[in-house]
Amino acid sequence: MPKQQPKPHAKEPVRLPVRKTYKLFIGGAFPRSESGRTYQVNDADGTFLANAAKASRKDARDAVAAARKAFGGWSGRTPYNRGQILYRIAEMLEGRHAQFTAELRATGLPKSAASAEVDAAIDRWVWYAGWADKLAAVLGSANPVAGPFFNFSTPEPTGVVAVIAPDSPLLGLVSVVAPVIVSGNTAVVVAAPSAPLPAVTLAEVLATSDLPAGVVNILTGDRAELAPWLASHMDVNAIDLAGAGGGDVAALEEAAAGNLKRVLRPGDGDWTGDPGTARMTAFLETKTVWHPVGV
Amino acid sequence: MVFEYAPAPESAAIVDIRPSYGLFVGGEFTDGHGEPFKTVNPADESPLAEIACADAADVDRAVAAARAAFDTVWGPMPGAERAKYLYRIARIVQERSRELAVLESIDNGKPIRESRDVDVPLVAAHFFYYAGWADKLGHAGFGPDPRPVGVAGQVIPWNFPLLMLAWKIAPALACGNTVVLKPAETTPLTALLFAEICRQAELPPGVVNIVTGAGATGQALVEHPGIDKVAFTGSTEVGRQIARSVAGTSKRLTLELGGKAANIVYADAPLDQAVEGIVNGIFFNQGHVCCAGSRLLVQESAADELLERLKARMATLRVGDPLDKNTDVGAINSAAQLARIRELADAGEAEGAERWSPACELPGEGYWFAPTVFTGVAQSHRIAREEIFGPVLSVLTFRTPDEAVTKANNTPYGLSAGIWTEKGSLILWTAERLRAGVVWANTFNKFDPASPFGGYKESGFGREGGRHGLEAYLDA
Repeated sequence: MPKQQPKPHAKEPVRLPVRKTYKLFIGGAFPRSESGRTYQVNDADGTFLANAAKASRKDARDAVAAARKAFGGWSGRTPYNRGQILYRIAEMLEGRHAQFTAELRATGLPKSAASAEVDAAIDRWVWYAGWADKLAAVLGSANPVAGPFFNFSTPEPTGVVAVIAPDSPLLGLVSVVAPVIVSGNTAVVVAAPSAPLPAVTLAEVLATSDLPAGVVNILTGDRAELAPWLASHMDVNAIDLAGAGGGDVAALEEAAAGNLKRVLRPGDGDWTGDPGTARMTAFLETKTVWHPVGV
Repeated sequence: MVFEYAPAPESAAIVDIRPSYGLFVGGEFTDGHGEPFKTVNPADESPLAEIACADAADVDRAVAAARAAFDTVWGPMPGAERAKYLYRIARIVQERSRELAVLESIDNGKPIRESRDVDVPLVAAHFFYYAGWADKLGHAGFGPDPRPVGVAGQVIPWNFPLLMLAWKIAPALACGNTVVLKPAETTPLTALLFAEICRQAELPPGVVNIVTGAGATGQALVEHPGIDKVAFTGSTEVGRQIARSVAGTSKRLTLELGGKAANIVYADAPLDQAVEGIVNGIFFNQGHVCCAGSRLLVQESAADELLERLKARMATLRVGDPLDKNTDVGAINSAAQLARIRELADAGEAEGAERWSPACELPGEGYWFAPTVFTGVAQSHRIAREEIFGPVLSVLTFRTPDEAVTKANNTPYGLSAGIWTEKGSLILWTAERLRAGVVWANTFNKFDPASPFGGYKESGFGREGGRHGLEAYLDA
């Protein structure tokens, strides 16, 4: 963190900390915005923290392409394997506990509240990880049709999901990303513009957790600029409007109708309660297969 | 061997079509204030009845009646009591099944064999099925005490008029909602007969309201601020408009839209069974089926033999009088639909595909289109990409299972698909990879109230049927 300037010492040479460049996360790599744009991120006191990448329409489209490319492989993994990888992400999150706490403190949270939010975010992620190999049992069915047929229904991922992340920079973020990918969807996430740094750190966690490249892509920048491109993108199958501003929802929903995206409307913004299964089921399709029974 | 058939007409005497019909609002038949329209028999173009058209004020009255019934009667009613009304409706549908079947065939043009053996039995089954859910909703996986959504606005198409009504009304009522339903303007008669059935069942007034009219009536309904949920079955284009119109509202939405299903035949398939499935897949209901198997994907090594058998089978299809019990393919529902089918079929020829129909005598009056197959179809051809909604099959070939899946998924639609092979592992492998909501393996076009139905991608969202079908009508 740039605030921790060492005090000058008379004899030893001053060691300057090595700062991090906060970049985008697309297709498993950390590119700068192709537009060359950045925007300044300050802490709660107005002190400079970083220049975050300000993603462009082109970056959003690249992220969709990466997410589409990753979809077949990720959705084809066994649910057990997806659960393993999500749990691995939780392990990596835990290892970065102090870093996330510091980043949340920079947004103005007291230390204990910041630490508790990191705890909650990790626990949330673990909770979702365990769903990977239970969704089909809870949401699927063998259907008793009136005829000599075996008929069964299973949940399947919808495809590429655009996620407009809420302002809650870590707990809100993991609460919208985990339910999308646990079932096999891939995601293009627009991070909260006001506090994008935890999202980039989450990207570093994802990059080191055996999550295949492109399953989660994270864009930082102007939400109002990026969201319409994702809402109207014809190769995006669904959109989570969790972080969309009240005035933007109607226009985004209207744009999403172009290819009949599944739309999850914004909720009440409380990320502390029992999440339930709704954020997972919003991005699942039901496939029903029939086959005759006979000799 | 040639079979000779004597005419075997089902008697139309069982139905009593009135000269004119009103709207069904608040339990009464009332006048509409739009311009009345005629519904015609597509088999001979004769007018059947004059139908009231609901304008915005009529829709407003219907929504108010539904809201009052929701607030005072149907919403508060215990599920066990709602169930008994739905069981009553199911029983009356069974009692009046022949009447409903004949009326459906007259108004829609579908063969009596289908309306009698498929549509109407499924209607009764659907009400029976959802009747049983009405007092068991707490066990359906949507929380211990799920509540109804409120008033549902429902717009249905002309291809399965009564069956689509059942798919919409039965789950809505079971969950405690009230409805305003708009049938298609070319097929309103069975919905209006259903209104009489509601009266016979003594369903409380306002629980079911039926407003007839064309697109403007449907638009007034889905845009009405007093409804909580929109359910639509129809074209993807209209579905898009509806999705736009509910944007920014708190209305819930489910859409069951178009399709361009691939019917995949692997070389090891039982070919005679596959031919029956292909014929059923595309010529059932004149191909007016959103989940019709309109793209036949056949493995190259089996293509010649399969096509030979398919053409031989098509030559035995009997096209004609919908009320004749031997008829396989009935009348096209409307002049407009016939024009669309002709336009697309002509485009198929113009783009270079090879067209074939069996020798087939079509009646002089009415709307008819002979069963047609196109071979040499490329994926880029309009007949391989656009929903024709008629008895027109496009045949493409493939070499490997990967190619079959890639071609099958190469469409913005994702409603249904078919797989024909003797190899179980190949069925499951293929079914896993098809991006479609219903996959029929070694069968096609099977429907059941216990079986969820609905699409991926631009075929819409939400499911109808089964436990899944409750979700659209519960505030879970």
